[in-house]
Amino acid sequence: MNEALTAETVMMKGHNDDEVEAYLARPDGMEPFGGVVVIHHMPGYDSGSKEISRKFAAHGYAALMPNLYYRDSPGASPDDAAAAARAKGGIPDRQLVGDVAGAAAFLRGLAGSNGKIGVIGYCSGGRQSFLAACSLTLDAAVDCYGGAVVRVPAGAPASMKPLIGLSKQLSCPLLGLFGADDQFPTPAETAELSSALDEFGKAHEFHTFTGAGHAFFSVDRASYRVEAAVEGWQKVWAFFGKHLAGQG
Amino acid sequence: MCTYATEHVPASGSGKGANGWFRLSEVSVYLDHPAHALADHTLNIDFINPAEGPSARVAVELSAQTAIALARAIESALASAPPGLV
Repeated sequence: MNEALTAETVMMKGHNDDEVEAYLARPDGMEPFGGVVVIHHMPGYDSGSKEISRKFAAHGYAALMPNLYYRDSPGASPDDAAAAARAKGGIPDRQLVGDVAGAAAFLRGLAGSNGKIGVIGYCSGGRQSFLAACSLTLDAAVDCYGGAVVRVPAGAPASMKPLIGLSKQLSCPLLGLFGADDQFPTPAETAELSSALDEFGKAHEFHTFTGAGHAFFSVDRASYRVEAAVEGWQKVWAFFGKHLAGQG
Repeated sequence: MCTYATEHVPASGSGKGANGWFRLSEVSVYLDHPAHALADHTLNIDFINPAEGPSARVAVELSAQTAIALARAIESALASAPPGLV
């Protein structure tokens, strides 16, 4: 693996055929490749999330990360855009699903695509990754410490609903990566989700890392936990290697 | 964790953001991940005017202790103001 890649900003069709900005990172000279839709965390379409997208390209996957806040905040800095989205009550679930569907179609259309598409999300994006995998036909999904799947916290926007009831609709294998010290989701909540998925015979593997809480993958935040992050990435590569790599 | 919870306060006043002074229309107050502060969670306050775009924003990310002290200081300042000013 030479880790050569090309990264750029593109425009894609999202929910309602809206033009949405997205960050595309794809491997050079490693065709055919699987595609990964990256769902950024609540703090937005920031440098850390773009770095994650490039990491997928370095490992042989084309990654596309839609800017979920683009509609209301084109050209804004990621933190301003995130604050504006929060003030409006967040991103509607239906819009998120449409944007992931658009990103998946974009990736399938790339020359060199093997047609397989996965989704991964962090923080609020972890919840949205599960939502997308229950709403669209995908090949693999990764939920990194997504809260509000089993239980929605007090004070959240009224439009936000728990997603555990969608478990029966999960379209693909699910990898869950969680922190044992996280309060949202708690280990008890992820165990409850696992039981629901077992009930419907949905393939999934959950890993809960000791000594880690929420956002342990975020290298530029105090929550970063190197042991959990390194092992977590190994789980991601094994999982996507099984479900997304190779010929279509 | 992402708390998702936000207190919305209608605002009258002005703030100075990256592009200079602007009229405030609302304030968002929430305990959640910071963008810059080195902490898992901070008490974040966004003084904003959505009508002027997302960059019409003055943001602070405070430790919980600082936020509590600030809230008390604001109340104290208002309480000690001469009659007729508030």
